[in-house]
Amino acid sequence: MQDNSHTRVVVGMSGGVDSSVVALRLKQQGYDVVGVFMKNWDDTDENGVCTATEDYKDVAKVAAKIGIPYYSVNFEKEYWDHVFTYFLDEYKKGRTPNPDVICNKEIKFKAFLDYALELGADYIATGHYAQLTRDAEGHNHLLRAVDQNKDQTYFLSQLSAEQLDRVMFPIGDLVKKTQVREMAAEAGLATAKKPDSMGICFIGEKGQFKDFLKQYLPAKPGKMMTVDGEVKGEHAGLMYYTIGQRRGLGIGGDGVDNEPWFVIGKDLKQNILYVGKGYHNPHLYATHLSASDIHWVNTIDRGQDFHCTAKFRYRQKDTGVTVHLSDDGQQVTVEFDDPARAITPGQAVVFYDGNECLGSAIIDAAYNQQRELQLV
Amino acid sequence: MQEIYLDNAATTPMSPAVLAEMTDKMAHVYGNASTLYGLGREAHTVMENSRQVIADSIHAANDEEIIFTSGGSESDNTAITQTALARQDLGKHIITTAIEHEAILKPLKALEDQGFDVTYLPVDQQGRISLDDFKAALRDDTILVSIMMGNNEVGSRMPIHEIGEILKDHQAWFHTDAVQAYGLLDIDVQRDHIDMLSTSAHKLNGPKMMGFLYKREGINFPSFVKGGDQEKKRRAGTENVPAIAGFATAVKALTPAVKEARQAKYHDFKQYVVDGLTQHGVDFAVNGSLTGENLNHVLNLWIKGVSTYVMQTNLDLAGIAVSGGSACTAGSIEPSHVLTAMFGADSPRIAESIRLSFGAYTTQDDLDAFIQNVAAIVERLKHTSEVK
Repeated sequence: MQDNSHTRVVVGMSGGVDSSVVALRLKQQGYDVVGVFMKNWDDTDENGVCTATEDYKDVAKVAAKIGIPYYSVNFEKEYWDHVFTYFLDEYKKGRTPNPDVICNKEIKFKAFLDYALELGADYIATGHYAQLTRDAEGHNHLLRAVDQNKDQTYFLSQLSAEQLDRVMFPIGDLVKKTQVREMAAEAGLATAKKPDSMGICFIGEKGQFKDFLKQYLPAKPGKMMTVDGEVKGEHAGLMYYTIGQRRGLGIGGDGVDNEPWFVIGKDLKQNILYVGKGYHNPHLYATHLSASDIHWVNTIDRGQDFHCTAKFRYRQKDTGVTVHLSDDGQQVTVEFDDPARAITPGQAVVFYDGNECLGSAIIDAAYNQQRELQLV
Repeated sequence: MQEIYLDNAATTPMSPAVLAEMTDKMAHVYGNASTLYGLGREAHTVMENSRQVIADSIHAANDEEIIFTSGGSESDNTAITQTALARQDLGKHIITTAIEHEAILKPLKALEDQGFDVTYLPVDQQGRISLDDFKAALRDDTILVSIMMGNNEVGSRMPIHEIGEILKDHQAWFHTDAVQAYGLLDIDVQRDHIDMLSTSAHKLNGPKMMGFLYKREGINFPSFVKGGDQEKKRRAGTENVPAIAGFATAVKALTPAVKEARQAKYHDFKQYVVDGLTQHGVDFAVNGSLTGENLNHVLNLWIKGVSTYVMQTNLDLAGIAVSGGSACTAGSIEPSHVLTAMFGADSPRIAESIRLSFGAYTTQDDLDAFIQNVAAIVERLKHTSEVK
């Protein structure tokens, strides 16, 4: 076996089963493994207890079992400044941000990576479901996880080549998530049966999203109407709604048919939420989008215009697209092979070439032919 | 895997003599010291012989002035809380310093919430109080003065003798936290007019969860731990006789000559580390002072530009244990109240300092390893920040 004992890998350990098995596998492969727990959000409850303390206890148990040193590091300030502030700003603009994408870009693969380098790390490793290979020229290739249902390349798509140079994803090659639990159980790790955490870290498991957002942003109720100007009711505040959303509109059947209603657009200036009937409402379909904040996971030049596939949100199949980069490379227009539904400003458009994730951009606007949709 | 231990102010390993004594007493002297049969009498004898050794070590007038406790925190809590309780009719004013251990500061905070008035004497950049400040703070209604003998974070000593002289004709009782000082100084409670004194066994190669409170004859207050009549009704709970015997063994080894030699050796150690880091080009400063009245086992260093947490973690990964202050929940370090009192909350020293502390088993090789590793870490971090 290759001698890895002089390669120090700092593992971001969350107290969950995935990162536990990351540490385990690296240790088994002979690396100099160091576990570090990241605390990004002060979730202290009214009793002064925070779930981070419980998670850190699990990190301690697992690290002791595996036989690696473990530490913790606090990025509450960095998270607030770079992720949470961005998150609120996007909502203020009527967009639907993806904090996990930004958290990876700014915290897990930036603040944490910097910290790991200070500890003498050669690499950091996380429990993300993705694969990373390096070719003969030294280019990184970010590949979808073998278990496509768990693939998390969408969330990693804003990482730069420099960031990925220092990264390992030791469980992205597993065929099934259940294997992770089997390995953890076999090694007697305390987290083998711990449930997966859900949702965004600062909102918590149950995600009372409206209540959470209300604490930080004033809700401005307003009219809910069709594009023809027919008022269908009141909305609770534009920030609570996402393009394509069906639930929570409170519009009953109109007696004509029983087609459900969907959010099809927002007018921030007039504080109007536009709704339309039917899943396949034409207002939900776009032919292209514009996006900015472009990141490529390697520096391979694909030209200014090229065809590939894309995802516009996490749980979605790929769509064939043609990418047109602006001359300065700062803007991108993405043309769809077939009209795409519910393109949402604030979300990432992530580009793929087969199994390989190429990079992504943040969606600014969606269009149907020459007409801008959604008015966001 | 820890190979180099430089955190003796946190705790110390038990000496072979202490281990042997305790192992023997745990195996053979298991009786309850309060019982009347042979095994109990035997335990009682061991305990009382130990009490005498310990009383002599601080020149107490008699051995009954020693109350065995679970250690420094209990002794401090008892002295503070029970004095306030017993003497509140005489006044509600208490004087202490800004750099006491939490075992003093937290009980005082609780008393403040109950209406007591506490004066926290400020310290200078050497971590020392001024006697003029003390004299100015002293009032007719002062009932207690609690001032540590030497500080655990920076090693500064307090003018205990002078304070004792001032207080001998004042109603205030004089308590001193001698947890760090006990293993290094020849303490004389009568010479210094000390009324109460706290210690802990594990700071001087004795067992953990063991200590005593010296309480001068005539100082009376109700027991802090209530229950049985042990320790002449001054501390309930069956005495841990093997630990008491181990404590006495540790104390016996610390003759005045041994303590003096250690102070001298640790002074040289401090100088050696300072010289070594200087030679390696490390940009640093001492928090406290190298000269003057100090507990020399403590050396607090500001490594400029390197966060406490990063330095401590890197040293740990290299197998070297030093202190970086107390870590609270998950990842943040509480800013040191001692360094804050010395340099102000805005000083970069607060977040960039580490403490090393020497003990009976510290060697020059340990210091060399520390110096070399700090220099290497600082060098590597320079490189890392360039990469970033």
